[in-house]
This record gives sequence, C-alpha cells and structure tokens, in this order.
Amino acid sequence: MFRFLLGKLLYLVPTFLGITIIAFSFVRVLPGDPVLLMAGERGITPERHAELSAQLGFDKPVWAQYFDFLGRLMQGDFGNSIVTKKPVLAEFLTLFPATVELGLVAILIATLVGVPVGVLAAIKRGSWFDQISMTGALVGFSMPIFWWGLLLIIFFSGILQWTPVSGRISLLYFFPQVTGFMLIDSLLSGQKGAFLSAAQHLILPAVVLATIPLAVIARQTRSAMLEVMGEDYVRTAKAKGMPTRRVVGVHALRNAMIPVITTIGLQIGVLMAGAILTETIFSWPGIGKWMIDSISRRDYPVVQSGLLLIAALVMVVNLLVDLTYGLINPRIRHK
Amino acid sequence: MNILTRSLIAASAIALGAAVPAMAKTFVYCSEASPEGFDPAPYTSGTTFDASAHPVFNRLVEFKKGTTEIEPGLAESWEISADGLEYTFHLRKGVKWQSNEKFTPTRDFNADDVIFSFDRQGNKDNPWHQYIAGITYEYYTSMEMPSLIKEVVKVDDNTVKIVLTRPEAPFLADIAMSFASIVSKEFADALEKAGTKEDFNNLPIGTGPFKFVAYQKDAVIRYQKNPDYWGEAPKIDDLVFAITPDAAVRLQKLKAGECHLMPYPAPADVAAIKADNNLKVDEQAGLNVAYLAYNTTVAPFDNPKVRKALNMAMNKQAIIDAVFQGAGQVAKNPIPPTMWSYNDAIQDDPYDPEAAKKMLEEEGVKDLSMKVWAMPVQRPYMPNARRTAELIQEDFAKVGVKVEIVSYEWGEYLKKSMEAGRDGAVILGWTGDNGDPDNFLSVLLSCAAAGEGGANRAFWCNKDFSDLLAKAKQSSDVAERTKLYEEAQVIFKDQAPWATLGHSTQYVPMSNKVSGFVMSPLGDFTFETVDIAE
Amino acid sequence: MTAAPAPQGVTAEPVVRLSDAAIRRRMLADFWFHFRQNRGAVIGLVVFVLMVLAAVFAPLLAPHDPTQQFRDALLAPPIWQEGGKPGFLLGTDAVGRDMLSRLIYGAQYSLFIGVVVVAIALIGGIIIGLLAGFFGGWVDAVIMRVMDVVLAFPSLLLALVLVAVLGPGLTNAMIAIAIVYQPHFARLTRAAVMGEKAREYVTAAKMAGAGPLRLMFKTILPNCLAPLIVQATLSFSSAVLDSAALGFLGMGAQPPASEWGTMLAEAREFILRAWWVVTFPGLAILISVLAINLMGDGLRDALDPKLKRS
Repeated sequence: MFRFLLGKLLYLVPTFLGITIIAFSFVRVLPGDPVLLMAGERGITPERHAELSAQLGFDKPVWAQYFDFLGRLMQGDFGNSIVTKKPVLAEFLTLFPATVELGLVAILIATLVGVPVGVLAAIKRGSWFDQISMTGALVGFSMPIFWWGLLLIIFFSGILQWTPVSGRISLLYFFPQVTGFMLIDSLLSGQKGAFLSAAQHLILPAVVLATIPLAVIARQTRSAMLEVMGEDYVRTAKAKGMPTRRVVGVHALRNAMIPVITTIGLQIGVLMAGAILTETIFSWPGIGKWMIDSISRRDYPVVQSGLLLIAALVMVVNLLVDLTYGLINPRIRHK
Repeated sequence: MNILTRSLIAASAIALGAAVPAMAKTFVYCSEASPEGFDPAPYTSGTTFDASAHPVFNRLVEFKKGTTEIEPGLAESWEISADGLEYTFHLRKGVKWQSNEKFTPTRDFNADDVIFSFDRQGNKDNPWHQYIAGITYEYYTSMEMPSLIKEVVKVDDNTVKIVLTRPEAPFLADIAMSFASIVSKEFADALEKAGTKEDFNNLPIGTGPFKFVAYQKDAVIRYQKNPDYWGEAPKIDDLVFAITPDAAVRLQKLKAGECHLMPYPAPADVAAIKADNNLKVDEQAGLNVAYLAYNTTVAPFDNPKVRKALNMAMNKQAIIDAVFQGAGQVAKNPIPPTMWSYNDAIQDDPYDPEAAKKMLEEEGVKDLSMKVWAMPVQRPYMPNARRTAELIQEDFAKVGVKVEIVSYEWGEYLKKSMEAGRDGAVILGWTGDNGDPDNFLSVLLSCAAAGEGGANRAFWCNKDFSDLLAKAKQSSDVAERTKLYEEAQVIFKDQAPWATLGHSTQYVPMSNKVSGFVMSPLGDFTFETVDIAE
Repeated sequence: MTAAPAPQGVTAEPVVRLSDAAIRRRMLADFWFHFRQNRGAVIGLVVFVLMVLAAVFAPLLAPHDPTQQFRDALLAPPIWQEGGKPGFLLGTDAVGRDMLSRLIYGAQYSLFIGVVVVAIALIGGIIIGLLAGFFGGWVDAVIMRVMDVVLAFPSLLLALVLVAVLGPGLTNAMIAIAIVYQPHFARLTRAAVMGEKAREYVTAAKMAGAGPLRLMFKTILPNCLAPLIVQATLSFSSAVLDSAALGFLGMGAQPPASEWGTMLAEAREFILRAWWVVTFPGLAILISVLAINLMGDGLRDALDPKLKRS
C-alpha cells in the first residue's frame, strides 16, 4: 500500500511542475495590463506606467519571473493580489470553505438521490419509473446550468418567495467564522434559526450544482447494477431462490458501487467548473466567482495562483479516489 | 462584533414587549461589489469609497450633502492667501478617533493626523508610503498633488497650512475627495509597534459617523453607529452592506425585504420598480458624459464640418431609448447639466440625415468607411457600448458611411484608443471626481491632455479653448470661471471634436420605509442621514 | 514519406477486399437496426436533423434579418401574450430584434461550434494518441504527462483562461474548448492502439512490411473508431454547452451574434421584466443538447455491443 501511494505521488510531481508552467505562462501572455486598468479612463504617462510596472515586478525577464514565482511557491508565498493588495493564499482560504460547502452538499444531494434512483431503475428495468427517471437524467445531463439557475431563481425566489435570492445566511445572524462552513458555524453560534437560514440559502445553488452530477450518477449506477445483475453469481443467487432485495443488497449493490464511486470522484472537476457558473449566478462568495472576477480584472497573481491551487486540489482529490478505489478493490493495487 | 450579536439577540428578546428603548435599527444596503480595501488612499473605485471613506472617515472639507459645494469638515474654517498659494485650515477641536479591539486612542484628532495623511501619500521616504508592498496612490497622483503641494505645515496643534506651487482653483474640491481622507497617526504608530501594518487596510479607524465592525470577503460588511461622532448622530444603529454584484438579484433582495436600498438597478427594471407599491425610486442626472471621440488629426475627420455632419446623422434619442432604456438624456455639451457653468443656451445639432448627407457631399467625402470603437465593459455613463455602436452603424449607413465595429480587452482599449494616429472614432465617457468643470474639460479636451498619458481621445487641440481653461483655473471667482467655461463650450460645439451621446440618469430604488436618503451628484452612497420606519 | 506498398505476394487479396466491403455493409445495416430500436435515439436524430435544416435554410425560414432592429418594437412579448406584436412570434429583444429569427440563426452557431470543436479535438487527439500509443517509451510518457496537466484543470476554467489569453470571441472560444477536449480523444486513441498493437492482424501487417504511418492510420485506427465516435458525440453536445457557458460569461461569441449563450448573457438584465428573452435561448440550448445526447446514447448502444446494457 505504501509503495502504491509513493508511486502515485512521484507520478504527480512532473504533472505539478507542468501545472506551474501552464499557470505561469498563461498569465504572462494574457493580453491587457493591470496598470492600465488601474488608470481607467484617465490615462497614464509612460513614466508613471513604467514606475508602477516595476513596483509590480513586471519589468524583469520572463524566466526570472518564473523562478521567482517557483521559489516563492516553495516558501508558501503565492503572491499578493494586485487589486486588494492582500496575500492570494489568505484570500483563497477565506473563500474556499464556501465553495467546499456548496460542492459537498451538491455531491451529497447527487449521491443520495442518484444512487437510489439508479438502483431502482435497474431493478425495475423497462418500467415507467425507469423510463421517466432515465429521461430525466438525460435532461439533467444536457442542462445549461447557468440558465437552470436563473429559472429556479425566478420561480422559487421571485414567484414563490420560498428561498432567499443570494448570499449564505440572513444578515440578521452574525457570528464568528470558526470553520468557514456556514452550516457548522451557525450551529456553533447557538443562535436560534441560524442553521435553518443557512440551509435555506444553500439549497438552491446546491441543487443547481448537483444537477449534472446527479444525472451522471443515476445513469452510471443503473448501468453498473444491470451489469452486475447479469453476472453469474447474482443469477445463481437468484436461481437459488434468494429474495430480490437480498440479492441486490448483498451482492449486486456492493460490486456495482466500485465504478459508481469512481464516477462520484470524477465529478469533482465537473463540480469545480459548475461552481464557476453557479457562484456567478447566486453571488456565492467562493473561489469560482473569485477566479472569474480576477480574470476580468487581470489580477495576474490571483489568476496564476488560483489556477495552481485549484489544479492541485483536483489532483489530490483524484489521488484520493484512486486510493479509495484501491482499498475497495485490492486487485488494482497489484496491477 | 459580539456587541452586535448581543444587541440582535437582545432586540429579539425585547420585541416581546418589555419597556426598553426601541429596537436596534439595522439598515441593509445591497452594494454592487466588494471593496478593494478599507484605506481610501490607495484605491480609486467608488465602491471602495462607499465602504471606507464615506462611513468611516472625514476630510478637511466635505461636499455638502446632495451638492458639489464645499463645506467645513474636520477643518472648521480656512483662509486662502491673496496669491492663491497658501491655504490655512483651522481644525475642529474635540473630534474623537474611533476604537476597536486592537486600538484605543489616547488623544483627539489634531494637526499631526492631517500632516500624516498627506505625507504618507506624497513622500516616498515616509515609512507608511509602502506599508503594503506594491501599494500606489493613484488619485493623489492623478489629481496632480505631487507637483501641486509644496508643503504641509503644522502651525499649531489645531492649525495646518498647505502651500501650493501654483494657484489652483479646484484645490478645495480636490481635497474634499475620498483619497484625502484624514487617517489616525496614533493608530498607525500603534500598528507599526505591533508589527501588523497591513491592518491599517483591514481595520479602519476614522472620525466618521460609523465604526467599522467586520468584513466577510465578498459577502457582508458591518458597521455600527459611532457614538462619539462630532457631527449629527446617525439615526440608524447598525449599517450592513450585503455585497450583491448582480443587478437582478439586488432587485430581488430589495423586493423580498432583504435590503433597504440598492444602487445601479438595470435600466430595464426601473419602470417596474416605480410601479411597485412597496418601493420608491430617487433619481438624478448623473455627473457624467458618454461620447464618441473622432480622431481630429486624421482626414477626413480633421474637418469640423465632416464631424458635424456625422453628428447630425446620429439619432441620439434612439440611443437613449434603446441603450439607456430611457435612463438618460441626450447630451449637447461635454459637461452634464447638473454641473455649474453648463451652457444651456447652446443648441444641439439637429438629427437630419438628409442635411448630413448633403454636407458630406459638399465636403467631398464619398464612400467613407470608418471604424467605431465599442468598449467591452459596462460603465456608469454607458450601459452597453456595443449596442450603441450598432445603432450608430445603422444611422451612418443611411448617409452612406460604412462602419466597422471594433473592440479590445478593456485595458488594451484604453491604451490603444490613446495611441497617436488611431484609426476610428472611440466610444468612451467620464464620471466626475469632484464636481469641478475643470475635471471634465481639462482632463478630456485640453491640448495638454492630447499627448501621451492624457485622456483627450479626440487628439483635439484648440488654442482658444485651452487658453480659456487655463485662465479659469487661475481664478477663484466662480462667476468669472463660469463665464469662461460657458465660452469654452461654445467653441467645443462649433468644432465638434466629439459627438456628445448622453448623460445617464442615476436611479436609487429603496424601500418605502426609508427616509432621509440624499443622492449625491458624485454618485456616492452615504447613510448618516437615513432612517427606517418600523 | 509514403507507406511502402503492400507486397504482391499476399494471397487472395481481392477476395479479402470484397468481403471487407460486404462486412461493412452488414455492419451498417446491423448498426441501423440497433439504432432504430432505441426510440429516444430516433427522436434525437429527428430533432437534430430539424436543427440542421433550420440552420441551413435559416435565410428562408427566419421571418426577419436576425440583426435588424425594429425600433418601434423594443422588448415586444410573444404574440400570444398581451402586447405581442404581429410578425414577432416569440417577441423581440432589447433593441427590437426578432427572437425567432435570432434563435433560428443561432442554430447555425451551435452546429458550427460543435462541428469545428469536435473536428479539431478529434484530429488532434487521434494524432497525439496514435503517436503515444504506437511509439510508447518516452514519447508516450511525455505526451501523457502533458495530457494529465491539461486534464488537471477543470475544463471550463481552463477554457476561460485560454479565451482570456486569446481574446474573447467565437473562434478563440472554439479553439480553447477544442484544446481542453483533445486529451480525452488522445487517451482513448492511445488505449485502443495499445490494445490493438499486440493483435495478430497488426503483427501480420507489420510482417508484410507496412510502414508505421500505414500501420497507424490504415490498419489500427479503423479498428478503434467506435469509442472515438461515441466520445465525439459526447463532445459535440458538451461543446454546445460550454460555448454557451463562455458566451454567457461574456467570453464566447460577441454581440450582436445570435449565439444562444451570448443571447442569454445579454438578456440577463431583463430576467424580471421580459421572461421570453431569457427562457427561449436556454430552451434552445437544452433541446439541442438533449437531442444530441439522445443520439449519442443510441450510437453507443448500436456501435459498441459491449457497452450495451439492455
């Protein structure tokens, strides 16, 4: 197991270096100049422009800038935002819990709904339930979620007024951010109704973000179940007169879960992409929206380090999925 | 922060009917973006000033609410020497600095604070000049303070003298701007000692009507009434900024009662807001102008008659209707009508495609094709430049002028549009900084601004015009300046370096319960006068 | 370098070729048989064909020019609603352009984007994948590491930054999306090539003296087409979605283009006042993506019996 882990980690090193190069070079070739954006309509003299550029470190040769960047990375320094002048890592860490909370709840919804629906659809193959749920899954899979989010806002917040329009919790509640997860912090605060308010704020964006993973998980579960149920041992168990529920519960479900877990793990990247759109629509103060804003503001250090942190994160999650997969299915380890 | 929590809990407990003073009044403002920081000096956006300079800080002189006139602020009174070079300010006594968990002031506001506030921006050797790496003082620089201020002298604890290098009529208006907010020297010293200089930008200490309480990035800013405020005490107890970048979402929240007031509604929604019984809308012409600047150095646009003909081919009312959704008015002058010295006697060029076509023919312009630059971003003075360009394209086609619409990334756009010999006419605009006409005319149309680093995107250099501006700047007599600026506008209209497109109207939707909000012609949002009915 | 001609000595070559054709015809018939059985796939195909027709005959079908502004009909609601104007079936947008016409022309953009993105990604991916799979060794290692790097970024985020680098616009959005999709094709091709390389027919061709190019493209590639085709349909629908998302974020096709995502972005400010400018473009995206996905499901089932679950 240890060797397996070590091998995986070693494998990640060149990938990570590649990521730093990409993150760095993209940002260097981005057209547009943060100094000009700062000056706005007013214009700026060439002298002042040079002075400001030097202050931001843009006057050095590119390779020197890259090694500067790498060297500072090693010391955990991700640079300062040009706009807010604050450390990028600190900003990332303040916004990150919001995205994680949204993503976790979304994946929870997707799994808790997707897996049972998939299992049921497989058991009742060809029934109306199967047909409707799989059609629904395909619609969900095809959904432009930025539009879906707008529709849900119009309906639930506009017409029905059931859910708040945006934000993470009602402004009436105010308590220290211990974990950064609003659901947990609201419980810790002990204020009445705070948790409920946080949950109300979270539900709509989480549902929007869950839409595509839910569809994928339901479809994947169904096909995995069908495959497993066609295998000899399941047929045998069935033939021996084992009740369907036990066949499914004991044999089929457990084996079908292996590909499903991989699928769930692979949704992390999808979630990150979805978070960009969802956070934009719901003004959710997370890293997806932060990245979009920073790209349009040409906030080089943020785009650069943000790309890096997000890619590293996806890599780590994929590694964890690999490991889980290895744990569930020992055959993989020795491959 | 615990105080607020407790007051909220207490408030809900009290609501049951105990005989205790009224519930804490919390006013929620759905702001449009996150502030960049809380030190007003290094930043330039109105959003940041609304969150820092206006609630927390004061200036030596202030804009009188709802106007661009100057009134006393931290300086009770002032004298200007006869040559216009020395400004002596008599400071208000007994003004208390705010406190927070890390800092409790031991003295009142005094001359040292004033000197520190200016020196840290202008003096590169001041240890606070670069208290965060890479920090710059853009407004201080662009308002030309480095070359204008010779020195700031402490006469005594309550008197400060600012010496200028040249007479500058708009100087008082300049230092009423947010960048000139007065910060606490004692607080800075305390932070320096503690080794946490960056908190100067995170935990602002000012003399203003509200105390900063907490900021959750991209989500909420909280303030509390400053009990020691030297001016009239705010009527609300707590002020909350709920950061909501999307206009449609802001409106939803306002309708749902989640906030009391919002800035920048989508123009398309204004009619619906007006029809809503629970809401009301304040409106005011914005202190801005949107324009199309020809390149007056390139043929055939170097011919004023050609420029005038094109201006006549343009249906500006259609732009106001389709792009501004009616939330604006056609512009005839380069300065907005709310500004003093606006010359209302000037007649706008009529919309007359036939006459325009004839004029072009007379000038020998045939088969003209040109570029129109449309900026890629929305600005307060221009909701949608692309849509505007499309309308201009159609209008010009009718007089036989072919238009190609071009655009660049915003930073590139600003740079390329100032490059000499630029091909095409540029859509752009301006929002006033301090309400002085010089802040429009000199910045955008003077000869000095036509070169590198300027903002005269018509590259228009008219000596008579520029002379009038220079003369006006030296005088501190408003009546005389008014006359000079009115004259300058006549020259502008006659020469037509721009097509003046429009002035956008500013709308501020708010709940019916809100009273006492005063719109600022400068586009500031301030809340020390607001109240909410229960 | 051209591939060396196959030596003449191979016996009964014409016979093999004939039966090849016959097999292909049989396979096609077989494929159609399976495809037809999937009702969803057929519906998807019909909708897709309608969409193609709408795109091709847009100038004939659209009642108006999609960029023409009717200044007296700004934000007119659909015809069945109060205030609807005759001639504007689905209403007009903020500058008085006919929604229906813009939606019809929008189909051109979506199809064009899908085709171009898939073509670039497919061709690029196949070449890269073939190289990696066929040569193996360090070539493979380097190529696959680069693919890993690209795949480590969430696709939409990478596409966004790429578009920011290249400048917003339709062409650049397509290039960005294609670059982001390309590793999937490369990986698939590589895996298939590795699988096929050891097969007898490849060894036989090699022994017969076929050059590497011929081996790669003529011998191996046709045998790993099925998964690529399935991936291509998937990518087609994702490309339509992602380009709309880029358009929505202001980084895709630029106004006044009637690309559906861009239309949505422009319409967003009217969300509370004019439901039709928000609803219809989104619906158009959903329907077209759904149709392509339905088709893709049918294709997968028909092409790849191994994947077939029913």
